[in-house]
Amino acid sequence: MSRLGWGLALLVICWPLLVATEFKPWTLFDAASRKSSWAFIKSFFPPVVNSEFMLLVLRETWRTVAIATAGITLGLLIAIPLTLLSTRVLSVSALSGRMAALPFVFRQTLRIVLIILRSVPELVWALIFVRVVGLGPTAGVIAIALTYGGMLGKVYAEILESGETHASVSLLRNGASRMQAFVYGLLPQNAAELTSYTVYRWECAIRSSVVLGFVGAGGLGQQMDNSMKMFNGGEVATMLLVFIALVALADAISAWLRRELG
Amino acid sequence: MANNVPQSANEPFRLPPPLLSARCRGCWFVAGILVLVVASFASLDLRWSEFFSAESGASTLRFAKEFFPPDLSAAFVSKVWVGTLETLAMSLLGTMLAVAFGVLLAVPASRFYADDPAPLRGFTRLILNALRSIPELVWAALLLISAGLGPFAGTLALAFHTTGVLGRLFAEAIENAPPEPGFALRAQGVGTVRVFLYATLPQVLPQMMSYTLYRWENNIRAAAVLGVVGAGGLGQLLSFHMGLFQMSKTATILFAMICLVALVDVASYVLRRVMTR
Repeated sequence: MSRLGWGLALLVICWPLLVATEFKPWTLFDAASRKSSWAFIKSFFPPVVNSEFMLLVLRETWRTVAIATAGITLGLLIAIPLTLLSTRVLSVSALSGRMAALPFVFRQTLRIVLIILRSVPELVWALIFVRVVGLGPTAGVIAIALTYGGMLGKVYAEILESGETHASVSLLRNGASRMQAFVYGLLPQNAAELTSYTVYRWECAIRSSVVLGFVGAGGLGQQMDNSMKMFNGGEVATMLLVFIALVALADAISAWLRRELG
Repeated sequence: MANNVPQSANEPFRLPPPLLSARCRGCWFVAGILVLVVASFASLDLRWSEFFSAESGASTLRFAKEFFPPDLSAAFVSKVWVGTLETLAMSLLGTMLAVAFGVLLAVPASRFYADDPAPLRGFTRLILNALRSIPELVWAALLLISAGLGPFAGTLALAFHTTGVLGRLFAEAIENAPPEPGFALRAQGVGTVRVFLYATLPQVLPQMMSYTLYRWENNIRAAAVLGVVGAGGLGQLLSFHMGLFQMSKTATILFAMICLVALVDVASYVLRRVMTR
């Protein structure tokens, strides 16, 4: 009896969800949808593998990787200065207890900037910049740079603050400049973790640079979108397979690098 | 090797390491990254000159100015509110479906005891990996053909991708669970299904719960932008109004989207703080 009650309660909770998401699984199986889905799925076989198309796919795959790499590089240009400016560990006034009011407000403001950069999804940045700079990889690179800059900056600051700060604090106390304390104290201690996080984010950026293609930011995604709009299942199948292989490869490279870094 | 070195009276003189050596892995790593970065920038036709030109700056400014003031009329705000609820509903239902299918697929994908033959393990893991490696947005674009425009396609897309992720995590949790309780039951002659229900499941349930919450958090973020390809929620409103260049309406939607994402971030941070204390 209590199970029945729980079941009913679950149904009552789920009902608005089902209505809001227009959840009608039977539409998948009505005649028209079945016919078009079946035709699309059937057109997946055989995947298109002629040399001309493969060359195109190869070029777009490289462009996808290049967009991700360029985006992460520019993201680092945003993240590194903001990290250095916003991390609490490099505060001179905090050496003697509490940080002074002005530096505190300054650091907090920079953190909020990082959070704002990060909380706008890269797809939205891409949509905006496609309007500004036109279709093509420029919008994708800027979108990844902004979102990942925010993400990297925030996590870098957290890594620096969570580690052992004894060395850098000693350096600062003995009159080292903040840059010296960072280069000789914080960086050697946290270099492996920082690099491994960056490599992990590079892997994520490859995945999202494919997605950005769907709004016109170039690369494999844009090509996939074109083929889908023309219901060319064979091309879609090839590109999906290439994409899965690319993700697996990036995954393996990044896992290997992170293992080596320890 | 250290034992073979004859003891010297004073510290053995050590040469500094050579600056570049073929065995210096760090150097190869750095060189590889430099090559990758230079090749990336060189091969992309990035139009920085266009982006940084005065004309483009002016158009960017004009573009940014059009965002203000955001459209805050009651009719439109209520429309955005409905879109936000739709986004939340999509993420919740998608996650719930994914939990159901994830458990269904995780069971054949895991070994319950050391010598479990688990004949379907490799095959199910292959399926889970395929589901997982295609992003939600690509699933949504693919599913539009069968499910039509609207939140249903988005929900299914979230469910497909998350099934892959959760199925794999669940399978790993099941395989890593301590085997002793299951072994004890099996030694008493209890059947496989009941061993799973009474020995394995209670042990992995907390872990499954936390994975599910984590994925739900991710899915709210994903659902917000999924609509860009026409799969419902805030994203669909966004691409619709941006396509019509109604920038004040776009600004409202963007604001709602950022608020949603920020709210989820704060909620998960606070919950984590409370729960781990």
